[in-house]
Amino acid sequence: MITIELKQMLQGASGPFELDVKMNINKGEFVSLYGASGAGKTSVLRMLAGVFKPQNGLIDVDGNAWFDKRKGIWRKPQDRSAGIVFQDYALFPNMNVVENISYGLPENSEDIAEEVIGLMELNELRRVMPSMLSGGQRQRVALARAIVRRPTLLLLDEPLTALDTSLRLRMQEYILAVHRRYSLTTILVSHDMLEVLKLSDKVFLLENGVIKAAGSPKDVLPLNVLREMQTNLTNLLTGSPK
Amino acid sequence: MLEAGPFLLTLKLALITTAILYVIGIPVAYWLSTSTFKGKIVVEAILSLPLILPPSVMGFYLLIALSPANSFGRWIDELLNLRLVFTFHGLILASVVYSLPFMVQPLLAGFRMLPGSLVEASYTLGKGRWTTLRRVLLPNIKAAIITGGILTFAHTLGEFGVVLMVGGNIPGETRVISVAIYDAVEAMDYGRANLYSGVLLVFAFALLLGVYLVNYRSLKTT
Repeated sequence: MITIELKQMLQGASGPFELDVKMNINKGEFVSLYGASGAGKTSVLRMLAGVFKPQNGLIDVDGNAWFDKRKGIWRKPQDRSAGIVFQDYALFPNMNVVENISYGLPENSEDIAEEVIGLMELNELRRVMPSMLSGGQRQRVALARAIVRRPTLLLLDEPLTALDTSLRLRMQEYILAVHRRYSLTTILVSHDMLEVLKLSDKVFLLENGVIKAAGSPKDVLPLNVLREMQTNLTNLLTGSPK
Repeated sequence: MLEAGPFLLTLKLALITTAILYVIGIPVAYWLSTSTFKGKIVVEAILSLPLILPPSVMGFYLLIALSPANSFGRWIDELLNLRLVFTFHGLILASVVYSLPFMVQPLLAGFRMLPGSLVEASYTLGKGRWTTLRRVLLPNIKAAIITGGILTFAHTLGEFGVVLMVGGNIPGETRVISVAIYDAVEAMDYGRANLYSGVLLVFAFALLLGVYLVNYRSLKTT
C-alpha cells in the first residue's frame, strides 16, 4: 500500500494555487493522475521520485517512509525504489541505447539489461545514439531504463504525448507488458482520456491541485465528452446534420 | 633577434593557468548552475569583474594585496615561504584571477543549456552528484569545456597590464611575450616588436579559429 499526502504552493498560469492531494494506492495497481495541464500532476510525480521536496505531507511505501514532514524524513531519489519516464525522456545524449539502459545498474549486470532490451525489442538499436532514434524508440529506451533497476514504483510523466496515434497504441502495449511482467505499481500522469481509460485500474481526477474524484476510470472520467466526440465523428462520416 | 624565452614563459604560464582554472572553474560553474543560494548573483558579479575592470586596476590591487609589506602577502611569505610579487608564482595567481570568467562563463552557459531532467534522471537511477557530473554533465558540455580552455589560454597569452603590475619585467622570470613587445618598443627595436607581435597575432587567430570550429561542429551534431 502506498499512502500519499502532499501539500505545496505551486505557480500556475493564472496565479499561485495550493496542491493538496491525498491518495491511497494498492500494490500492483495501475493508477492514473488525470487532469488538465497545470493542475499539478507532474509536481506530484516529481515529489514521488524525490526530485521535488514538498512543503508538507508524507509518502509511505509499504511501511517505509520516503517523506514524512512531521518526523523530518526525506529520502533522496537515490534511496527510493522509483523509476521515472520523463516527458522529454531525458536520455543521456552521450550514451548509446545499451549505455543508457545499463547506467543505473551495478557493474556485471549485463544479463538484467539484456532481458529488458529483449522485452522492449531494442536489440537492433543497441549501439545507436539517442539523437538518431525516433520518438517511439526513445520512449522504449526511457521505459527500459526506468524499469531496469526493478523499482517498486514506476512513474510515467505523459510519456506518449509526443507520439502519433498508431505509435501511442503500440507504446501502451509495451507499458502494460512491463507493468504486468514486473508486478509494478505504476502511476501515469496524463491528460489523454482514452489512454487513461485503456491503461488504468484507478483514476485520480486532479483539478487546480485538488483531487475532485477517485475511482475506476468509467466512474471518474467525463466519458460524455468521448460520447459527444463519437457522435460528432459519426455525423461527420455519414454526412448527417450537426 | 627573436628570443624564445618570452614565448616559452608565456606558454608555460598559459598552460598552468588553464590547468588550474579547469580545476577551479568546473566546480564553480557547476555550483552556480545548480545553487539556489540567494547571494549567488553577487558571487557571479564578482567572478565576472575581470571582464570589465581595467587590467591595471586589477594588477594594482593584486600588487598591494600580495606585497610582503601588507598582511596577506606577509602571511603567504611567512607561512608558505612564497614571494608572489615580481615572481612567476605571482604571475600564475594573477592570471588565474584575471582569466577566471573566461573559463567560468562558457562552462556555466554549457551547464545551463542542459535540461534539468538529465540530472534528475541520473539521481533516480541511483547516482550521486559526482557520478552525474562526471558521466552525464561533463561529457555533454564538451564544446563548452574546449571553448573555456581555449579562451583562457588565449586570454592569458595576451595579458599585459596585470602581469606588468604584479610581475614587472624580469627576463626568464616574468618577462612574458606582451611585456617583451612593450620592452622592444621602449627600446625603439620595432623589428623585434614586429616579430613578437606577428607570432602572437597568428597564434591568437589560430586559437580563435579553433573555438569557432568546435562551436560550429557541436551545433551541427545537436
